[in-house]
Amino acid sequence: MTRQMTGAKMIVQALIDQGVDTVFGYPGGAVLPIYDEIFQQNSIKHILVRHEQGAVHAAEGYARSTGKPGVALVTSGPGATNAVTGLTDALMDSIPIIVLTGQVPTFMIGSDAFQEADTVGITRPCTKHNWLVKETDKLSGVIHEAFHVATSGRPGPVLVDIPKDVQFASGSYTPKTASKSHYQPQLKGDMEAITELVEAMEKAKRPVFYTGGGVINSGPAASQLLRELVESTGFPITSTLMGLGCYPASGDKWLGMLGMHGLYEANMAMHGCDLMINIGARFDDRITGVVEKFSPNSKKAHIDIDPSSINKVIRVDIPIMGDVGHVLEDLLKVWKSRGRKTNSEAVAKWWKQIEEWRAVNCLKFTQKGEVIKPQHALARLQELTKDHDRYITTEVGQHQMWAAQYLDFEDPNRWMTSGGLGTMGYGFPASIGVQMAHRDALVINVAGEASWLMNMQEMGTAMQYGLPVKQFILNNERLGMVRQWQELLHGERYSQSWSESLPDFVKLAEAFGAKGIRCSDPADLDDAIMEMINHDGPVIFDCLVEKHENCFPMIPSGKAHNEMIMGDVDTSTAIDADGKVLV
Amino acid sequence: MSPLKIKKGATSHSAYNLRPNFSDVEERHTLAMLVENEPGVLARVIGLFAGRGYNIDSLTVAEVDHTGHLSRITIVTRGTPQVIEQIKAQVGRIISVRTVHDLTVEGASVERELAMFKVVGTGDKRVEALRLADIFRANVVDSTLGSFVFEITGAPDKIDAFADLMRPLGLADVARTGVAALSRGE
Repeated sequence: MTRQMTGAKMIVQALIDQGVDTVFGYPGGAVLPIYDEIFQQNSIKHILVRHEQGAVHAAEGYARSTGKPGVALVTSGPGATNAVTGLTDALMDSIPIIVLTGQVPTFMIGSDAFQEADTVGITRPCTKHNWLVKETDKLSGVIHEAFHVATSGRPGPVLVDIPKDVQFASGSYTPKTASKSHYQPQLKGDMEAITELVEAMEKAKRPVFYTGGGVINSGPAASQLLRELVESTGFPITSTLMGLGCYPASGDKWLGMLGMHGLYEANMAMHGCDLMINIGARFDDRITGVVEKFSPNSKKAHIDIDPSSINKVIRVDIPIMGDVGHVLEDLLKVWKSRGRKTNSEAVAKWWKQIEEWRAVNCLKFTQKGEVIKPQHALARLQELTKDHDRYITTEVGQHQMWAAQYLDFEDPNRWMTSGGLGTMGYGFPASIGVQMAHRDALVINVAGEASWLMNMQEMGTAMQYGLPVKQFILNNERLGMVRQWQELLHGERYSQSWSESLPDFVKLAEAFGAKGIRCSDPADLDDAIMEMINHDGPVIFDCLVEKHENCFPMIPSGKAHNEMIMGDVDTSTAIDADGKVLV
Repeated sequence: MSPLKIKKGATSHSAYNLRPNFSDVEERHTLAMLVENEPGVLARVIGLFAGRGYNIDSLTVAEVDHTGHLSRITIVTRGTPQVIEQIKAQVGRIISVRTVHDLTVEGASVERELAMFKVVGTGDKRVEALRLADIFRANVVDSTLGSFVFEITGAPDKIDAFADLMRPLGLADVARTGVAALSRGE
């Protein structure tokens, strides 16, 4: 029996059927019928953000920390255009979110009506898929399909644009199970290719696992399988920014993050390996450095669920199309059935080489004097929070790279950061989304003062819902990464890269009714961090740090993995003319 | 989305091994895709080409299965083998695209294009245009005392050749449909 209901009710019903418990949104004219339905039910909690961008980032934070899709609801026109940054962010980082937008009524589409925008047109390139629903009968089916598309295959953002008259009209509701989608991505990898990889692993003298966000997107089971594979082969493992936590930082096979600001040993291992096993990463330009010099002597295998990721940037020898979890399961099976062989003598020699690279201790820094080094602040934050049920979000810039370097992640879904798009303003709303999903956890947004100001209005949201998110701001009164590049590339001409007229963050916190803590003395740092942790409510922590600290190690633009620059060296000639045009 | 259907035997393991060495030489490929016939589907496909900087030499689109709501888009594109592989993979992951076939590498195929030529002139040139049209099996679909409109069907090369011949004879206007293509055999 089909149930008749209005489009607006259908939307809420479909969300309930999909197991949604939280929606991040902002009302407006074109979504009023939906908000009316939300008002009349208790199954779904609606979180009123202060800006639509915040709603989408919060949905991302919710999704990334739970593995479930995040949902945002915004109005037409400006509501939809404000969602574009979050959609693009989710597309780049493969985060499953569903954004529902209101639209002017169907009979007014194309008339330049009030708050009309061509939402599906604008968001076509920044969603995995989008729909404009013009008939109420089709609405619930489309929403179910939207969840399916967002969460299947390589996850991503989807958008459903719903005209106001479709929300008012009645139609028949299609239950979740009734719709069969044409979109059925291949999950299992080709066994022949998997066997070829196992053969390569058996022979490899200098192997390395290069893992990425795909492991985390594949679910916790994939991380478990990865750990089993690493432990039983004894091969070293590194990860991209997006993959941190898929293998525990405390594991002895862990080389740390790789890439532009990755660890020396990780990048050197990538450069010197003879077998690179890419699991769910995409050879992003932050990882490869200059492509021509990328890991010149290695055989490369690539496990990816997205066929377009394979051979896009780096040509690989063993492509395996499939879901990380499924492929790892088969890979382990084949490897075990063939007798768990590795070239252990050569691998032991490889480890000796890696130990030499490790001994360089590329993250070393000296905390001395009256000013807090940002690295020190994060090292202390790590020490004082590591035993907590902890989730970390970040903004974008130097602090983000330092957080990746100095904070340790033992489990997947604990690290939320804007990797592909590099969205300043991501971290604060994301922390709200994370805290909504994990009410009792310690959720910290490691921020820079400039990034944080981009979405600071969400303090209101944190206060309204009593979300005790900790805003750990490394305040150097600079756009640190921009300043660093200007130092290295533009003759120390610091064009527009300082933060002037900053608010008093403590007073700002108090203005919202939150707690503000300022710390500038290294001697007070531990106590101040403990005060932040122990406060039951939102905290803005203004950590005044060294203003001209650079983030090292670094692969300069246009250079290879084995041409990293470390701290405390002359950097004036590190980047040549060709490298300067790169970002 | 289904995996790219590339004929068996072309590769040892996967479609991506098709050419062991990626060359820098640009190739011309004809891609035939079946897409769901819904608003915006063409925009998705050409938006991808524009957004990622791929070339389109020609494009045709029309509904081919009314009950199944399917349209066929045929795109002739140009790029190095690596770019062509990327185009196929990128198009293949558009949700509304059901299948992508690279007719250039998947065995023999036939390509046809329809074109109309307006040729304006009198006297010898007019007679010569009509004579050449006959050789090319072009039909006259409109005629005045000073002009013809010819209709010609064939592979793009043939149409190019006809255009070259008509140019000195008073070629005034051309309309071409772009390539429609199908694989040969069953």
